[in-house]
Amino acid sequence: MAHAVLRRPRATTTLQLHRVRAVAAAGETARWLAWLALALGAYTVMLLAYGRNPISAYSEILSVTLGSPYGLSEVLVKMIPITLCAMAVTVPARVGLVNVGPEGQLYIGALAATWMVLAAPGLPAWLLLPLASLAGFAGGAAWAGICGVLRARNWLNEVFSTMILNYLAVLVVGYLVFGPWRDPGSGNYPQSHLFPSSGTLPLIGGSRVSVFAFVALAAVAVFGYVLARTRWGLEIRSMGGNPEAARRSGIPIARYMVLLMVIGGGLAGLAGMGEVAGLQHRLNMGVSSYFGYTGFLVSWLAGHRPRLIPVMAFVMAVLASGGDILQITEGLPYAAVTLLMAMFLFVVLAARARRRTA
Amino acid sequence: MTMTIILGVIAGALASGVSVFYGALGEVIGQRAGIVNLGIEGVMLVGAASSFAVTAVTGSALLGLATGAGAGVAFNLVLGLLVVSRRANQLASGLALWFLGTGASTLIGLSFTGSNIGGLGQVHLPGFDRLPDMWQRVFDQDVLVYLALPIAVAVTWLLWRTRWGLHLRAVGEDRAAAFAAGLSPARLQYQALALAGALYGLGGAQLALAYTKTWQEGMTAGRGFIAVIIVIFAMWRPLRTILGALLFGGAVALGLQLQVRGVATSPFLLDMLPYLLTLLIVLLFGRPKAFAVPMGLREVFGGTAK
Repeated sequence: MAHAVLRRPRATTTLQLHRVRAVAAAGETARWLAWLALALGAYTVMLLAYGRNPISAYSEILSVTLGSPYGLSEVLVKMIPITLCAMAVTVPARVGLVNVGPEGQLYIGALAATWMVLAAPGLPAWLLLPLASLAGFAGGAAWAGICGVLRARNWLNEVFSTMILNYLAVLVVGYLVFGPWRDPGSGNYPQSHLFPSSGTLPLIGGSRVSVFAFVALAAVAVFGYVLARTRWGLEIRSMGGNPEAARRSGIPIARYMVLLMVIGGGLAGLAGMGEVAGLQHRLNMGVSSYFGYTGFLVSWLAGHRPRLIPVMAFVMAVLASGGDILQITEGLPYAAVTLLMAMFLFVVLAARARRRTA
Repeated sequence: MTMTIILGVIAGALASGVSVFYGALGEVIGQRAGIVNLGIEGVMLVGAASSFAVTAVTGSALLGLATGAGAGVAFNLVLGLLVVSRRANQLASGLALWFLGTGASTLIGLSFTGSNIGGLGQVHLPGFDRLPDMWQRVFDQDVLVYLALPIAVAVTWLLWRTRWGLHLRAVGEDRAAAFAAGLSPARLQYQALALAGALYGLGGAQLALAYTKTWQEGMTAGRGFIAVIIVIFAMWRPLRTILGALLFGGAVALGLQLQVRGVATSPFLLDMLPYLLTLLIVLLFGRPKAFAVPMGLREVFGGTAK
C-alpha cells in the first residue's frame, strides 16, 4: 500500500493522502475478496458436481469444529503439529529458503523421540520427556540440516532435497515399524511398542491437547521476538530482503542458511515428538496426517509472518478437522479439503504477487 | 539366470522410467521458457486419474491418453495464471499446483479406485516375436515407450531449430530483453506451459494405463519431483532426460526384481533405491556449468542456479 502511494504521488495535503490511502486499501481489500470468492465459488461448483450440498458441507465444517468444546479441542490438537511445521517452513523462509520438508522432518523427529523413549523406559518422566524432545528436535534438525548444507555449498537447491527426503523419511519409518521395531502384540497393524507412562506428555485439563501446545506457541513467540528485536533478526531480515547486499556487508549467509534449516527442521521434529508422545503413544505410519504439507501452506498463507502463523494454523486446523468430518458424514475423501486449502493458497499467492515482485 | 534379471531390469526400467521422462521433458520446455514448475506431480496425478476414468468408462485407452494430455494442458495452464499473469513466486505456486492436483485427482478417481481396465496394450514390432522369450520382454512395451525417443528429438528440433524455439529460449534467458526485442514473453510462456502440460498428462496416463493399470491416490509417488531433478542432471537438454529417467526407472525395476526373487530385504529399503540414486546422480553429475542454466532461473532459485 505504501508503495502504491509512493509511486503515484497524487496527494499533496494530508487529507488527500488519507483519501488516496483509503482508496488503495479499499481496492486491495476488494481484490482479495474477489479472489476469495473465486476460490469458494470454484469449490462450491466442485461440491455440486459431486452431488453434495455445499451449504450444508460448509456449515457442517464450522458447526462440528467450532460449535462444541470437544470439536474445538480437536482443532487445537491439530493446531500443535501444524503450527510447529509452519514454523519449520517460516524460519528458513526468512532468508529465502523454501523448506518443503517438514513432513519428513516430522517423521524423523517422531522416530528419534520414539527411539529415546523405548531405549530408556526406566527414566522418570521429568528426565525422559526433555530427553525425548531433544532427540525429536535433533532428528528433525539433522534431516533438514543435510539439505541446508547441500544448499549452502551450492550443490542442490533445498526444494529438491527436502522433497526427496520426505519420501525417504516415510520409508525409513516404514522399514522400522514393519521390521525391527514392530510390536508383535499389535496384531495386523504394524507399529512400535506402546510408550511407558513416563514417556507420555501431560494433557491440559481433561482434553486431548498436550502441553506441547505451549511449546508451539513459544516457538512462534521466540522467533517473532528474535526476528523483530535482535541483531540476528536484523541480519536474517536483511538476507531475506537483499541477499547480495547482506553478503557484501559481511553477514555469513551460508552459516545462517544451515543454522535456520537446522532450527526449522528441529521444530518439525518436535511436532513429531508431540504426536508420538502426546497423542498416539507409539510410532506408526500414520504419525502425520499431512501436517508437514499443511504447515507449508500455513506459512505461505501467513506470508512468513510469525504473528499470523497461529491464526492461519487455526483456520487450516478447522479445515483439517472438517475434512475428517466430511469423510464420515458426506463420504468425501480428505482430499476434498486439500483442494480447498490449495485454493486458498492460490488466492493468496495471486493476490499478494504484484505487490511483492512488481 | 543373471541375464534374465538384467533383461528384466531393462524392461522394467523402460516401463517405469518413461513417465518420469515425459515429466522431465515437459519441464525442460518450461524451464527453457523461464518457468520452474514444481507442480508436475499434481499435473501427472490429474493426467493419470482423468485418463484412467475415461478409459474405464469408454474402454478406449487411446481416448484415455488424449484425455490425460488434455487435462494436463488445462491444469498446467492454471499455473500460468499465477506465475505468468500475476508474477507470483514460482516455487510456492508450483507447490500450490501440486496440492491442487493431489486433491483434484483424488476426487476424479474417487469412484474408479480398484476398477479394472484393459489399459494400453503392448506394441508388437514385426519380426521381434522370433526372439527368445526373455528378450521379447524388453520389447513388450506400450506405445508411449516407443514414442519417447521421437518425441525427445522433436522437442530438441523445436527448441533449437525453429524460430519459436529461439524465442522461447530467449524468454527463458532474459524476459525483459526478449520483451524489448518485440517478443511476447507471456504468450510464449503460456504456450510452453501448454506443451509441457500435455507431456505431464501423457506421463501420468502412461503410469495409470500402461504401467500399473490401476488408479490409486497419490500413485505418482514423487515422480514429478524426480522429473524436476532429472532436468538438472540433464542440463536442460531433452535427449539427456532419457538417460536420467532410465536411471530412475532402473532403480525401481531393480528393487522390484530383487523383491520378486525373494531377496530377504525389507521392501521399504528397496523402495528407497530410486530416491537415493536420484539424489546421488544429481550430486555427482548435476553441477551444471554456468552456461547450461537458463539465466532466467537464477531469479527463481534465489541466487543458486539449481
